[in-house]
Amino acid sequence: MTTWVTVLLACALAYLLKLVGYLVPARWVDGSRTSRVTTLLPVALLAALVATQTLTRTGGTVVVDARLAAAGAAVVLLLLRANFLVVVIGAAAVAALLRAVGWG
Amino acid sequence: MTEPAPALPANRRREVLRQSLSIGAATGAYGISFGALSVAAGLSILQTQALSALLFSGGSQFAVVSILGAGGSGAAAVATSSLLGIRNGLYGLRTSRLLGAFGLRRLVAAQVTIDESTAMAITQPEPAAQRLGFWVTGGAVYVFWNLMTLVGAFVGDALGDPRRYGLDAAASAAFLALLWPRLRSGDARATAVLAAFLALVTSPVLPAGVPVIVAALAAVAVGLRRSGHHVPPLEGVDGSLPGSDPTP
Repeated sequence: MTTWVTVLLACALAYLLKLVGYLVPARWVDGSRTSRVTTLLPVALLAALVATQTLTRTGGTVVVDARLAAAGAAVVLLLLRANFLVVVIGAAAVAALLRAVGWG
Repeated sequence: MTEPAPALPANRRREVLRQSLSIGAATGAYGISFGALSVAAGLSILQTQALSALLFSGGSQFAVVSILGAGGSGAAAVATSSLLGIRNGLYGLRTSRLLGAFGLRRLVAAQVTIDESTAMAITQPEPAAQRLGFWVTGGAVYVFWNLMTLVGAFVGDALGDPRRYGLDAAASAAFLALLWPRLRSGDARATAVLAAFLALVTSPVLPAGVPVIVAALAAVAVGLRRSGHHVPPLEGVDGSLPGSDPTP
């Protein structure tokens, strides 16, 4: 799949999913089990993205490098209730700094 | 559903407008991080802008570019993006009843049905405020998010080597910040730990991007566990808190 096909396919499916909410009766997705799974779905996907983005390198091997320290900094900033951009830029700065001094 | 809502008093109208526009500006500003990370992941400025204009859902957009950037397949990127997009459909179930929009207006409403517009709509007491809040918030986030994506894409392009500026670490921080407000319940925390574990143990043996999809099973496993152990849903339609997500 070329990058353009991927981008446009992701866009089309995202729009269809949004539209489905306007077209199907609410009772189709009622039920506590369904709603629990759909609530937890973004949690699972985002946690997996955090893990793979922080700890794996090309080929999927697990490595500890500057990204883990940066994620630690992000957690501290989130605990301090920092704004989203502060968290993202703070983490990038920690990784850049560590690499500038030759680690990770 | 189609009856016109009684008009809002001028002071309430100003209040809803002010709130909607400030949410739009604040959330839209994060588009700069998406733009920069997308270009750093190897997408062109035009592809980056297409994602913000057409996909318009922050978590899914970050997922597409980071999976492609890590060398994952297009199929894995599309699948993860779509799984993350299911929540917007659930928001639509709720907002469609509030908006009473049909025809072209309904097609436009679907595109701007995101965390912020849904949260703004469902938290207003009067029907007229719900509609105004939805449309102004959705529209403002759309405009600011797209403008700031463009700014970010040019910034990312000018920076060059993404690792030197820690942009790869910025991507994990972005996902962490999106995950954070969703970790309030014990079920959510258990899901997150299980999902991270599944992704890490499968990543050496599966193609890039696929471990994230495998990790979705954590949501199924925890969600289908015996009931009665469940934290009562918050005010969101699917039990999540729309608007707690810092991007569209």
